[in-house]
Formats: sequence, C-alpha cells, structure tokens
Amino acid sequence: MIYRETGQFKSSYQADQALFPIAQDRYVIFAVLFVTFAIVPMLLNAYWLNAIVLPFLIYSLAAIGLNILTGYCGQVSLGTGGFMAVGAYSVYKLMTAFPELGFIPLVVISGFITAAVGTLFGLPSLRIKGFYLAVATLAAQFFLVWLFNKVGWFYNYNASGMINSPPMTVFGVIVTGPRGDMTAKYYLVVTLVAVSALAAKNIARGRIGRNWMAIRDMDIAAELIGVRPLIAKLSAFAVSSFFIGMAGALYFAVWLGSAEPTEAFDINQSFLVLFMIIIGGLGSILGSFLGAAFLVLMPILLKNIMVDGLGTNAALAAHIEIITVGVLIIGFLIVEPHGLARLWRIAKEKLRLWPFPH
Amino acid sequence: MKTRRLTTTIVAALLVLPLLSGLARAYELTIPSLDYRTGPYAPNGIPFANGYGDYLNMLNERDGGINGVKINLTACETAYNTKRGVECYENTKGEGESGALVYQPLSTGITYQLIPKSSVDKIPVFSMGYGRTSASNGKIFPWVFNFPATYWSQATVFVQYIAEKEGGMDKLKGKKIALVYHNSAYGKEPIRTLESAAEKFGFEFLALPVDHPGQEQKSTWLQIRKERPDWVLMWGWGVMNQVAIKEAASIRYPMDHFIGVWWSGSENDVLPAGEAAHGYLSGAFHQPGGGFPAHDDIRKYVYDKGMGLGDKDRIGEVLYNRGLVAAMWTSEAIRKAMEIHGTKEVRGEHVRDGFEALDVDEARLTELGLPNFTIPVKITCENHEGPGKVALQQWDAKAKKWSLVSDFYEPLRDITGPLVEEDSAQYAKENSVVPRSCN
Repeated sequence: MIYRETGQFKSSYQADQALFPIAQDRYVIFAVLFVTFAIVPMLLNAYWLNAIVLPFLIYSLAAIGLNILTGYCGQVSLGTGGFMAVGAYSVYKLMTAFPELGFIPLVVISGFITAAVGTLFGLPSLRIKGFYLAVATLAAQFFLVWLFNKVGWFYNYNASGMINSPPMTVFGVIVTGPRGDMTAKYYLVVTLVAVSALAAKNIARGRIGRNWMAIRDMDIAAELIGVRPLIAKLSAFAVSSFFIGMAGALYFAVWLGSAEPTEAFDINQSFLVLFMIIIGGLGSILGSFLGAAFLVLMPILLKNIMVDGLGTNAALAAHIEIITVGVLIIGFLIVEPHGLARLWRIAKEKLRLWPFPH
Repeated sequence: MKTRRLTTTIVAALLVLPLLSGLARAYELTIPSLDYRTGPYAPNGIPFANGYGDYLNMLNERDGGINGVKINLTACETAYNTKRGVECYENTKGEGESGALVYQPLSTGITYQLIPKSSVDKIPVFSMGYGRTSASNGKIFPWVFNFPATYWSQATVFVQYIAEKEGGMDKLKGKKIALVYHNSAYGKEPIRTLESAAEKFGFEFLALPVDHPGQEQKSTWLQIRKERPDWVLMWGWGVMNQVAIKEAASIRYPMDHFIGVWWSGSENDVLPAGEAAHGYLSGAFHQPGGGFPAHDDIRKYVYDKGMGLGDKDRIGEVLYNRGLVAAMWTSEAIRKAMEIHGTKEVRGEHVRDGFEALDVDEARLTELGLPNFTIPVKITCENHEGPGKVALQQWDAKAKKWSLVSDFYEPLRDITGPLVEEDSAQYAKENSVVPRSCN
C-alpha cells in the first residue's frame, strides 16, 4: 500500500537511471541521512559514539572495500587486516611528516597508497583463483604486519613499537586521538563513509562494476566478450584497497588513537571483515553496512543485556556471548545463505504486493 | 499469538531492566576490574582478578568498605584485547555516583590507550609494574602510576643478579644474554634498557621475538640451542610462559640461568613443565604464599560466606598475591584521598592525589595484615615509580613452591634515568604536554 511504484513514470533516461529510481526509497534514504546527520549526535552519548557507532562506521567502510573485491569481482581476499595496516601506517607517517596538509587529505592519500600496495598484491590474481588466491592474500596479511613490526622507520623508532596519533584538526576541531571531540569525530567519519558508499555504489553499477561482475560470474566468457581481466581485476584490487586503506587510517587515527600491528591488524581483522560481507550479503553495499552492524553491535548488545541488564557474571557473559554470536551466524546463514541484504530485498518484494499478495 | 506475547514481554523486560538497575543508590566507591577470564591469557588473568576482587570484597565484609564507604567492584571482561578493554573503560567510567575511581588494566596495550584518556577524564591509571615505563616521570604523566618498579628497573636488576652469579660486573664482558619476548609493546619494553646495559658492560645481547599468543616457539628455542647464550631472560604472558619453560626444558637449558619477568613467574607457568622446571627464576616484588593474616581474613570473611571469586586452595598463588597487593595499594590510596580532601565521597581526581601522597611503610603493612609482604612504597610528585626495587624468586618443583632467593636490588638508575627522561620528553613533544612543576 505505502510501498508501490504505480504512477511513478520516468520521462527521461536520467530519471530511469537514478541511484534510487523508486520515490519511496529516496524518501527513506533522505530520512536515514537526516537521522544520521542531525539526530544521532544529539541523542547518543560519548560511550555510544565511541564504543559502538564509530567502529560500526569504520568497519562498514572496510566491508564496502572488501565487498568490491570479493562480492563484485569474485576475488577472495584474506589480506584486509594487512591493507588496513597499510592505511594506518601511511596516515601515521604522513601525520608526523606533513601535518600541515590537513587530516582529510592525508586520509585520502593513505587510501591511494594502500591502493598501490593492494594492486601489487593483486598481481597474483591474474594467474591464480579461488582458494589459491586466498592463500596469496593471506601472505600479504602476514608479510605486511611483520614488516610494520620489524622496520623501525614505520613507527618512528618508538621504544615500544606502537604508533600514536598526534592531535590533528579539521576546521579547528581536534578529531584524532583521545583528546578529539566526539561529535566532530562522528561527523568526520560519517561524512567520509557516506561519500565512499555513494562512490562505491556508483562505480559498482557503472561500466567498471559490470566488468567486475562479468569476471566474477565467468571469467572466460567475460574475456570473450571483451572484458580485459588484467584491468578489471587490478582495478578491483585498487578500488577495494583504497576504501580499506581509508578505513584503516580512520580505525587507527580516529577510533583507537594508538595501535600495535600484531594486535590491531592481525588475521582476525581479515576474518572479521570477511564474515561481515558474507553475513551482510556479497555484492551489496547495503549488505556491508548490515554485516558490520551485525558483527559490531551484536556482541556489545549481548554483553550489555547480560551484564548490565540481567547481572550475569562478566566471564560467564563473555562465554555465552561467543556461543550466541556463533549460533546466530549459523542460524542466519541457514535461513538466508545470501546474507542480510537478500532478506531486505525479499522484504521489499513482499511489501510491494502488500496487502494483496497473489 | 502466544509466542508474540512472550516476545513482547521479553523485549519490554530487556528495555526496562537497565533503567531499573540505574536507579539511585547510596554513594559507593566504584572500582572497575578489567578482568580476562577468557582467551589465551586467562590462565594468568584469572588468579590476578581473583586476588584483586577478593581483597576488596574482604574490605567490604570486614570493615564495611574503606572508612565505612562500600566498594562497588564492577567487573568487565576484556579477554586481554585492547579494543574490548577500551569499550569496558568507556562503559564503566561513569558508573555510579563516584564514577570510576581508578583503573588497573593489567595489559600494556590497554594501558597505552588509557594514558592519554586518563588526563581528559580525570581518572588515575594504576599500571602496577607494567605499562609505559617512562610514565614513572610524574611531571609529564600526572595521572599514571607504575610503582613499585618498572620493566626497565627490573631489566637492570636482572643484569646485576647475573653479574653477581658470574662473579662481578666486570665478568659480564663477553657473556651472551638472550631475551625471549612477546612481540608486542609489552615485550619490547626492556629492549632499549638491555641494549644500553650491553653497551656499558660489554655483554652480547640477543633479542628473540615470539608472536602472539606464543604457542609456537620451536624456532626460537632452536636458535637458543644454536647460539648458546649464557643467560636467557623472558618477557612473556599467558600461554607463552608455559610453552617457553617446556621448550627450555626440552633443549635442557639450565633453569637457574633462565629468568622471567615478574609476569612470567607464577604456578600456572611452571607446573605444566613438571620436575623439569625446577630452579627457574623470575622477578618479584612481593612474597608468595597464602599464610599472611590478610589471607586468613579473606578466607574467613569472603570464602566462608561463599563469596570467593576463585578456589579456596589457590589463595596465595603468586598472581593471586599480585592482585591482592594491587588492591591493597589502591584501597590505601583511596583512604589517603579521603584524608587529604576531608570527604568520604571521593572522585577520580581526589584518588589521584591519594596515589601521589601514598606512603605504605612496614608498620602500615603489618596493620593491614601483610607484614614483610612487599617493599615500603612512597610516591612523590615527580617519581611515580616509587622504590623501583626488585627481588628474584625461584621455583622449587619438588615442594611446588616459589620462594624469594635474593634481596631486593636497587635498579641501575644511571641507565634507566636518562632513558626515562628521553622517552617521556618524546611523549610530551608528540602530544604537546607541558611538564608540570613539582615544587
């Protein structure tokens, strides 16, 4: 009844190719943007922003990056943690060497550096596929973390081998490290994530994205119809690493404030982001957000319900939480193997017919 | 229909419950406990958390808290994970009317995260014998306390002990000392000190990293077998400790030439290696054993009432006592804060002042039921490390007991002093901190 396209006529190609061709979708998106930009910062306190919303947004960005590579182009990658580390160390070196450039340009430059590194590690994808490629990217993960731990230049020869983000400002407000203003951090991250998501969505439905999907669905057929695998695969690695690098830069500089490579960027990061896109939905930008929300929010929500709500012992709650999250992941994948984004699509189709299904 | 009603009830209950639990209570001293009872570091995290919690619960049961004000011990599980630790910090820092009064993160990674936050939120961090060594410079780190001694002091004490066994400082020349360390900020702490000691005394220094969590150390010990160092030092934590001791035993490395940091010397670390661990050494700043009057009070007031956090027969283990001594100094600092500020309703900033004026001497230790348990501690504005003295303890595998085998050594301050100055000055520069004056 409320979600029906009847009567919405398109009279130009431009209108027909809009990002959200259905009017109701547009209203929903505008409402979501209004809530995130105007209402969320007023409603939430520092704990919510710092412990829940920031990691959710930053992981969403990383998941968008990995989804481009794995979901759209079909190249499995286990190097996300390593690429996030590249972004983090790039922004750290840039912040300490060229602080006058300003924080946002530095984050974008770190993205480009990561894109270059990602392209380099994407070269093996031209020869190997599937599980074998996963192993090659796994090598990137271990090599990069080892490199940042081993070579003193990357952490400015700090005695403990950690990197600490110096205070950086955007429009005169500190946005990095513990002294940063919480609301400003939120606005910075949410803006970057929104712009990146929009860019990713547009790239994915354009010519480049169609090339990626052709390669994903059948690379030989794609080659025969004129898609060049070299360019398609490497561009997927580059674009994907660009977003992951930005996510890594924000993860370190804005959220954590200080990091050591072996813990902050270990293999678990790669798995976590991979699980996010599998649960959220491969080949879907919305799925990246849903997956990140599921894996970031669920453990904290469970913990808060059990420890603060029901007064469970903290250690017992931690064990129950591990079990519950695992069961929920399996449950969701059995109910809907294509991820949360697919559930959303089904809901939309049902809504179109409601209240008079055939 | 029924299921729907049930779901509605559960959802409503979940929404209302947190609100109810937040209702006003009488003033309490909120002390968060960042535990780790899960993950690869749990074997060491559990006894510490038990000792810390049991002592504070004992104060609640025996004396009604500190000066009659109840302690609200808030446990939060970190799994030794920095991100979860920070989430715990954010979640507990505003708890209750007092807000969190002091944090004991028991993780170098979490400590590094909390150091800059502490001055913003005005909550002191008590990283007892771990964390950032240069935080002992109270002029630059007014909110961080790392008494009774730091890693750097401890490293120089080990060098002195080795020299003593070898027959004098001049005998160190040409010797080879290896460091097996957890490849993280924690394990890297002593490297710089040992490097300058190596330069000064002319021994050869060999650093061998072990990656988290430390279950795989074959290659490390193969290297030790090849290089044949005269002494091996270890900066390990969690399962890494037991694995290292077992590996050392399997290459028949002499245990009395193998010294662990004080986080690598508890019952959990040596028991898996059995008889082979006999003679293994580690640093210490308090006595092992559960025979002190304070332990009796814990048994009587906490365990006999069924409120104990752990097993009754594990009271007095090394890490249990480590947690206990941390709780003792923390509660004394709060007592001091109440005295200085003339109020029973203290806040984090008052407790900081309490820490800075802390003076627990032997007489006070006896009053607390811990005679000769640890070294007297006196903190000043510029020195947050306190005495910096360290002793060595040795494991007797037959009696299954640790015992102190040396006196407390003074650290080599001519080595650590300049390093602390340099490192804290670098922190001040990077984070634009203006050193405060201490007069």
